[in-house]
Amino acid sequence: MSFLSYLINGISLGSIYAIIALGYTMVYGIARMLNFAHGDIIMVGGFAIFTIVSTMGLPPFLGILVAVAVCTVLGVTIERVAYRPLRGASSLAVLITAIGVSYLLQNMALLIFGSNARQFTSVVTLPNLKLADGALTISSVTIVTIISCIVIMAALTSFINKTKIGQAMLAVSEDNGAATLMGIDVNRTIAITFAIGSALAAIAGALLCSTYPSLTPYTGSMPGIKAFVAAVFGGIGSIPGALIGGILLGVIENLSKAYISSQLSDAIVFSVLIIVLLVRPTGILGRKINEKV
Amino acid sequence: MNKNKVRMQNGITYAIVVGCWILVQIMDKTGHMTSLLRGILVPLCMYSILAISLNLTVGILGELSLGHAGFMCVGAFSGAFLTKCLENLLPNLQLRFFLAILIGAAVAGICGILIGIPVLRLKGDYLAIVTLAFGEIIKNLINVMYIGLDKSGFHFSIKDTMSLGMDETGVVIIKGAQGITGTPKASTFLIAVVLLLITLFIVLNLIHSRTGRAIMSIRDNRIAAESIGINITKYKLMAFSISAALAGVAGVLYAHNLSTLAATPKNFGYNMSIMILVFVVLGGLGNIRGSMIAAVVLTLLPELLRGLNDYRMLIYAVVLIVMMLFNSSPRAIELRSVLLERFRRKKEPAAKEAA
Amino acid sequence: MAMLEVKNLGISFGGLKAVDDFSVAIEKGQLYGLIGPNGAGKTTIFNLLTGVYRPDTGTILLNGQNITGKKTIEINQCGIARTFQNIRLFKDLSVLDNVKAGLHNHYRYSTVEGILRLPRYYKVEKQMDERAMELLKVFDLDGEWDYKASNLPYGKQRKLEIARALATEPKLLLLDEPAAGMNPNETAELMETIRFVRDNFDMTILLIEHDMKLVSGICERLTVLNFGQVLTQGETSEVLNDKRVITAYLGE
Repeated sequence: MSFLSYLINGISLGSIYAIIALGYTMVYGIARMLNFAHGDIIMVGGFAIFTIVSTMGLPPFLGILVAVAVCTVLGVTIERVAYRPLRGASSLAVLITAIGVSYLLQNMALLIFGSNARQFTSVVTLPNLKLADGALTISSVTIVTIISCIVIMAALTSFINKTKIGQAMLAVSEDNGAATLMGIDVNRTIAITFAIGSALAAIAGALLCSTYPSLTPYTGSMPGIKAFVAAVFGGIGSIPGALIGGILLGVIENLSKAYISSQLSDAIVFSVLIIVLLVRPTGILGRKINEKV
Repeated sequence: MNKNKVRMQNGITYAIVVGCWILVQIMDKTGHMTSLLRGILVPLCMYSILAISLNLTVGILGELSLGHAGFMCVGAFSGAFLTKCLENLLPNLQLRFFLAILIGAAVAGICGILIGIPVLRLKGDYLAIVTLAFGEIIKNLINVMYIGLDKSGFHFSIKDTMSLGMDETGVVIIKGAQGITGTPKASTFLIAVVLLLITLFIVLNLIHSRTGRAIMSIRDNRIAAESIGINITKYKLMAFSISAALAGVAGVLYAHNLSTLAATPKNFGYNMSIMILVFVVLGGLGNIRGSMIAAVVLTLLPELLRGLNDYRMLIYAVVLIVMMLFNSSPRAIELRSVLLERFRRKKEPAAKEAA
Repeated sequence: MAMLEVKNLGISFGGLKAVDDFSVAIEKGQLYGLIGPNGAGKTTIFNLLTGVYRPDTGTILLNGQNITGKKTIEINQCGIARTFQNIRLFKDLSVLDNVKAGLHNHYRYSTVEGILRLPRYYKVEKQMDERAMELLKVFDLDGEWDYKASNLPYGKQRKLEIARALATEPKLLLLDEPAAGMNPNETAELMETIRFVRDNFDMTILLIEHDMKLVSGICERLTVLNFGQVLTQGETSEVLNDKRVITAYLGE
């Protein structure tokens, strides 16, 4: 029974990673950049909800709505101000700028909210689920997280395959230059990608802080890195890859915490990543790229 | 000619370091040295060594590494471990420190080879994430490591002090997450400067040699380098492990600048690796002197901004973003060249008239 | 015995036979042309000869030594050097250093000798400088020795690539469209240079080219490739008058 509980919690944690990883993967697929500040957008989302729900005492759904709005605007603004001027510059330059943005967000949060951890009130108010005569308790947050992840995946997949904007996103990720020639507004497409990624980060923030209810300016940093690992794990640029990578990562992390050592769980997660990449250098679902001679 | 130009450029780089050392001595003698500044002298050299060594991987070899702090961590712990172990055998601290530096460099260099063999087959962002992963693994492993020494020899455990099973003479040297306590404070500014000069000597001479040429040819075009018979794996590994060994030296310097050594996310985590990378990129890829200057300026900046207290890291972040935009944005580069052109045109007619 | 003997070479990519049953024999000192329409598999043959791809079938003999399936560096050390259709210079290195990189395996000193600047470093570097300048002179690049390679004009970049390949002291030189992007004057000059290299460096040359003036001007024998297969091979004049060749290029 305890194994099942660890497994379900792992899937739940993995679902959060997967939602964050989506943001990484979409941005990478389309703009070919590692948006290091993505993890900190989660934190901003968390603080937005905290302000609305805990400070102002408004209902949680309103908090989520505001967080999504704030993060979307923030994501688009960051893209417009910091990343767009660097289009065409080396990927390393963009990476460092993203790191700068990450520092900026962390330190702004530090100024506004201070460095002490804030107690986050869960946005999920449903009762926990008790199975098998109480031997197995699944918290409502866990269930909501897994369901949200499934819904988001399904919605995103159909958005990309069925809508014009989604098709434009695919086209830009395939070949930026050709997409421009076909009359696709690349800048607009990238901005939309950032908007979607950031909105998802806000939701991930709500779920993450509901599961681990302690909020600091650095809350988003480590989950961000892990989600980035998950995206690479599954094959960066691939949406199903983000799902698989995220879930696997969450499950491995939780099981190794439970059965091996909680101190070594990160080391185990990273070791698995390394092994996967050595066997499949572009991740589980990544496309193989051959350099033409 | 070219050779002389290189020699002069390298000479300037060494002169800057020596000049700074002299400046510090003068400030010290004339009483202009604040305790804040005094405390940061060794770290400045340490960060410079880290930036220079990372530039070898990122700028010269052209591979993005986000795990440099991991090698620093290995160097720090193996060096400090040695100084602790030899405490009774070798009372001379200077000599012990010297040995620690050699061991730190060697162990970090070997780690570089061991990690490099599997990892350097990957490319670009994948290599970056795997090096980041390795850095985190190293930090994690050191945090669960317990090593003790008693009459019967070394004891090792990954659980706790108790499970080391030592007799009453036993001393715990590495104590898990608490790390090593009571490391002798052997790092001085003079030693740090000498190590920095040695690092510069190694890296600059390496770049302008047959080996350096091979490494840079791989960076510029791997397929062409292969086609002229350059052993890609060998030279990639060489650059990577030398870079790791030098990071190890910086680690030993770090370990002996404090009285306790513990691996935390702050000193040996990916954030440190990223910070070193920032030095390298802002100093200019492949520009060794630039790395050094960027390391010094960006380490001093938050200290100089200390008066601004809470705002200093915010300002640091803004400065970083603005500098990147100004340095790398295609539009900014265009704007700069236009301005330069205008400036030249203004000068030219004036020169003609004068003639 | 021929210097290069290729028998029944073949490779396919995802079911498509890019090169099929390709055989050729090139004598020492020959200037041999490989022609054919775009996509015929010419560059693929170069990639097979230099170990970029491993052939599915066939053997490659260089001076009787079997080099099939060897790695690119090993093949270079056996004596085959090449240039690339899309120029691949070490763009951030100087013109001189590009050639010196080519000298890598023939002028040696250890990394430690290099770092410590031991006497051997100075001695060998001087020899390398002299040899590299000699090679640059052949291609009239000695005046630009300290330019960054990427700052050279296009035609000179192609020449520098040949100089770099020659620096590895090959027995067989493979040139992939050396005249691409050159104007008629530059091409005429290049023809002279190629002949000069063959005569003075005792070189065997296999080249891919679309410029028929260059091909008919300097190649002694030709192989025509179409859809990965040999259409015909023989003396240049015979081959160029072959009806099938004209059809392959111009269509029915």
